[in-house]
Amino acid sequence: MSQATLRVQKISGHAGPIPGEGMQREDQVCKLVDTTTCIGCKACEIACQEWNDLPFAQTTFDNTYQTMPTTQWNFWNLIKFNEQPKEDGTMMWLMRKDQCMHCADPGCLAACPSDGAIVQYTNGIVDFQQDRCIGCGYCITGCPFNIPKFNPTTKKVYKCTLCSDRVSQGLEPACIKACPTGCLHFGTKDDMKDLAEKRARQLREHYGFENAGVYDPPGVGGTGVIYVLHDATNPEAYGGLPANPSIPWAVRLWKTPLRWLGNLAMLGGLVGVTLHYLRFGPKTVHNGESEKRS
Amino acid sequence: MAPTRRDFLKLSTAGGVAASILGFDLAPAYAEMRALKIARASETRSTCPYCSVSCGVIIYTQGDGAKNVTPFVVHVEGDPDHPINRGTLCPKGSSLQQDILNERRLLKPQVRRPGSDRWDDIAWDDAINEIGRWVKKSRDATFVEKDAQGHTVNRCEGIAWTGGCTDTNEFNYLVVKTMRSMGLCYIENQARV
Repeated sequence: MSQATLRVQKISGHAGPIPGEGMQREDQVCKLVDTTTCIGCKACEIACQEWNDLPFAQTTFDNTYQTMPTTQWNFWNLIKFNEQPKEDGTMMWLMRKDQCMHCADPGCLAACPSDGAIVQYTNGIVDFQQDRCIGCGYCITGCPFNIPKFNPTTKKVYKCTLCSDRVSQGLEPACIKACPTGCLHFGTKDDMKDLAEKRARQLREHYGFENAGVYDPPGVGGTGVIYVLHDATNPEAYGGLPANPSIPWAVRLWKTPLRWLGNLAMLGGLVGVTLHYLRFGPKTVHNGESEKRS
Repeated sequence: MAPTRRDFLKLSTAGGVAASILGFDLAPAYAEMRALKIARASETRSTCPYCSVSCGVIIYTQGDGAKNVTPFVVHVEGDPDHPINRGTLCPKGSSLQQDILNERRLLKPQVRRPGSDRWDDIAWDDAINEIGRWVKKSRDATFVEKDAQGHTVNRCEGIAWTGGCTDTNEFNYLVVKTMRSMGLCYIENQARV
């Protein structure tokens, strides 16, 4: 790996301030997935596999075109196919590119106990540093989108990196580049939100999708991957996109109040022991052989 | 009880240990960057061979072309400067690296004789000579000098030519020159652009 570095703004398992945080301004990068123009060709799946040199994952067949039920440690980008009945009895075929959402407030990073195993760069990309990963799998429980996947051989967890190698060198992510229908877009978060809102308005005003909207869930602080949906009131229909994702309360409780209470208890114990030692000296054994001091 | 020097040192040590456990980490806030695997790779422009759309691709090859190096393909992706696909590729095109680095890729000419049930290896020279011989034979047998009304037509109806989407302008120019000079009428190309 290169010794060159990227500035980070969040570090997992890291107590205290993050040195250098907020010292440089940088645009947040964002992927926009327009599910209304996705044709389910899976070019993004293959581009991801090819760019990341991932070993091929076994595909499964479950009566849809979907490659496999969920993403895997060696399959980071999955098109989910869903048939949704409409009110008039016809069907709508919904396709959604499922991958890491690169949350502004990542549940995986909050849950991770290993210092620096999960970082968020200043451009918003959430990246796993496998050399620091201890394989505990807490990130899997912390993720509201079911994205990080454990590799039983290496005992590490893997997921989409938003092509941080390409983005840091001025390229776009591999999946975005491949998309032949132009349903995937890449740019700054502001630009992508503009584009998404424009497209949603177009869908509402000209295409009869009254509930069309943008999926950028505030429960995780917004995401680095946003969707344009035909029906933003029912994201669950798009292969289980959570309507209001948030970091699990257990992770929140454990990582903020409980953690500090635990730290305080430990510190208090140490201080107490030290003060006791200074005030009373070492423990003396009365009924026996060895009496150290006094 | 006044703290002695010894007590002060003990207290400092305990405090330091506590601080390091409870998190005063002075390590810089940087994370290692993933290396860009095509950073210094050689770029070769090419055309996707699969369908008739003829998307432009860039083949990234390890090595800078130095004498002692046998280059190998590390990545293939769309050519953003190509007017047809502007960098995009379909799933088949995206997997072109698997097409290039494939043990089942055909690297030599083969021939399947009439009535045979298998492909046999043939040397390039033999293949070209044999094609020439068959072309000559077919053309001699099917050349039409005058049509039914007596108009001079000079056409060869027994041979057809079809090109592929990866053929270049220059190649197609030569193909048309050669085929027209033999009187071919049935000239086609798979590409639809």
